[in-house]
Amino acid sequence: MRPDLTKYKTSDEVDFVIVGSGAAGGIMAKELSFNGFRVVVLEQGPYLTEADFVHDEVKVLAQDLLTNKPKLQPTSFRKTPNEKAKPQRALVYGRCVGGTSVHFTANFWRFHEIDFIERTKVGPVAGADLRDWPITYADLEPYYTKVEWEIGVSGLAGASPFDPPRSKPYPMPPLPVKSSGVIFERAARKLGWHPFPAPMAILSQPRPGRSACVNCGFCLAFGCEVGAKSSSLATAIRMAEKTGRCEIRPNSYVHRIEMDNNGRVTGAVYFDEKRNAHLQKAKAVVVCANGAETPRLLLLSANKQFPNGLANSSGVVGKYLMLNSGGVTNAVFEHPLNDYKGFAVSRLLHDFYELDPQKVGFYGGGGIDARFDVTPISFAMGGLPPGTPGWGKDFKNTLAHNFNRTMELFCHGTSLPVETNSFSLDPDLKDAWGLPALCLTYKDHPDDLKLWAFQNQRANELLDAAGALKKWSQPIQESQFAVHLLGTCRMGNDPKTSVINSDHRTHDVKNLFLCDGSSLVTSGRGQPTMTIEALAFRAADRITALAKRGDLA
Amino acid sequence: MIDNLSRRDFLSRGSAAVSAVWLSAHWPAMVAAAEHAHQAAKSTTPPKFQFFTPEEAAEIDALTARIIPSDETPGAREAGVVYFIDRALTTFAVDDQKTYREGLPALQSRVRELFPNLEKFSAATPDQQDQILHSLDEQTGPAGRHSRPNGASRSFFQALRVQTIQGFLIDPDSGGNRDGVGWKVIGRDREHMFQPPFGYYDKDYAGWQPNPPEEKAKA
Repeated sequence: MRPDLTKYKTSDEVDFVIVGSGAAGGIMAKELSFNGFRVVVLEQGPYLTEADFVHDEVKVLAQDLLTNKPKLQPTSFRKTPNEKAKPQRALVYGRCVGGTSVHFTANFWRFHEIDFIERTKVGPVAGADLRDWPITYADLEPYYTKVEWEIGVSGLAGASPFDPPRSKPYPMPPLPVKSSGVIFERAARKLGWHPFPAPMAILSQPRPGRSACVNCGFCLAFGCEVGAKSSSLATAIRMAEKTGRCEIRPNSYVHRIEMDNNGRVTGAVYFDEKRNAHLQKAKAVVVCANGAETPRLLLLSANKQFPNGLANSSGVVGKYLMLNSGGVTNAVFEHPLNDYKGFAVSRLLHDFYELDPQKVGFYGGGGIDARFDVTPISFAMGGLPPGTPGWGKDFKNTLAHNFNRTMELFCHGTSLPVETNSFSLDPDLKDAWGLPALCLTYKDHPDDLKLWAFQNQRANELLDAAGALKKWSQPIQESQFAVHLLGTCRMGNDPKTSVINSDHRTHDVKNLFLCDGSSLVTSGRGQPTMTIEALAFRAADRITALAKRGDLA
Repeated sequence: MIDNLSRRDFLSRGSAAVSAVWLSAHWPAMVAAAEHAHQAAKSTTPPKFQFFTPEEAAEIDALTARIIPSDETPGAREAGVVYFIDRALTTFAVDDQKTYREGLPALQSRVRELFPNLEKFSAATPDQQDQILHSLDEQTGPAGRHSRPNGASRSFFQALRVQTIQGFLIDPDSGGNRDGVGWKVIGRDREHMFQPPFGYYDKDYAGWQPNPPEEKAKA
């Protein structure tokens, strides 16, 4: 099926074991193997390829073809730490080679300067522990550019007056505009706002071995069958495998990181498909398992030296979780938009990215995009106006009329880092392997909900200016489901309040590194993947430098 | 045959960008899968029921026909939804078997309770059928935007409603939505690739014009 691939024995002490093959893990694998290291990537999910990516909504959504499996991996939820958590589906993430980047929407915004220095700029926020990053936008800029050119991001440099500085334009023009984008652009300009072509990690021009987007319409939640979506699967993983130094080992569920008496990690213990446990030995371990599974793995790896979880002397592993605030406003127009054709988002605005707390009365900021990201079954289940009957003639008629005439405005925004918002180990609930399940504890900071309401008002103004026949907003309510998994092993200079330093090395363990959504110090404005990938490129540079000067031993 | 051809056409055109190794490895399987779905959809003799008895199937068919009725345009019946549900209950939705095993007799009781002269749902008039369905339809919270299950158990009517919608609107190459009639009803073209302009509002788009320069931080 695939060409002869590199295989290592578990007893081979490779240079790096990487846990997870998603947005960060894929890039880490590519960079470290290109830099001459021997790498094993352990991925809990299967190795699916383009041939496995179908348009079957039941298989993909109802049966979680590409995502975590609630039956095997139950989760629980509670609002605050004093409550007993109830079993319920609490999160979704990609569970296959390529991780969440396989099925994501592919919005690819850079963070702006403000996201790294917001504490300094706006001061402390009550009820949260807002902090500056130990790195700045300028530190990350070369890596943002690297992401755009290496994996393929389409967009138009300079189109948004709010964009941060960049060293190079995008490698390819934006994707075509959709009807939702034209409606959005015209209305936003009427209001004096600044719409621009959405930067997307989807090819507008072909690249070797990959087609440009064919606008099939099965994008968010689905894998791309022509390789146009710039997932780690379609990009970094393949480059890593070509080096001959990197083995991607699927169906390998890492549940413990081993440590020796000298305080060094020695490898990762995983279950194979038959649930046999193996230790893959390595000189260093890089965990890129996402903002839920990375802290869980550290907590599962508690040992004598770290009774509260590996590399958790600070006690903040799993805490300060940020999910990004925001919701959707739907609208119906007179004529067919046929927005089911194509990728999800073609226009966006950042006029409200940097709000002044003194003026608006809350901390935060965000972006609003024009999209249609639902496929037919999902649309019928959740896309009709409130009050539409759930079955019968009126249901059918509304469905038939609205499917082509509906668009969405998606408001994305900040979440504040609140200590009690976390992923932890549920004391009772176990997964199919008998290991403690993830417990989500989350109660939105009041400012996050105020921002959502503020952005909803802007969305409604825009839709009025656009002449929508009908519009309705999702009710503003506290989160109990996690998609963006950010901040749970955050970066910082102070080992008492952060888990990793600016090299992504854990403060506590010299040869243990973490890089994924868990590394983020602030939430950005709602689109974290670009920053996660830029961090991965940068972290790989730092780790390479440390390894080459013998600083991992 | 048209849809099959368009899929082949799509695959072969897309192949310019896909490696030869990948293509030679996957081509036979992809064609076989497409052929199979095509044959199943086109078959003139209806497949045998695996889960329902013929009597039960007639009841389910009548129920789905009130959830998505046939009028000027096709409904659940023309989309062969009962066959989709039957297959679902013996494959990916085996967990719902109990819901149906218990739901069908409960339906029968409800029919008799409301209309003592009636033996079964499928014998009722459309108005009577709607009354029976209303009595079963206990409202639940709104669905999420993407139809992932939340793990909560669901009633017979909820399961039936969800699976009727699935069978009506699923990608026609995936074992439901016979002849793509559900997509025709909602106006979704069946091609595997599309070119702009996509709709009414982008067809006369004049092209990107730069924004006027603006001072930062409006709000």
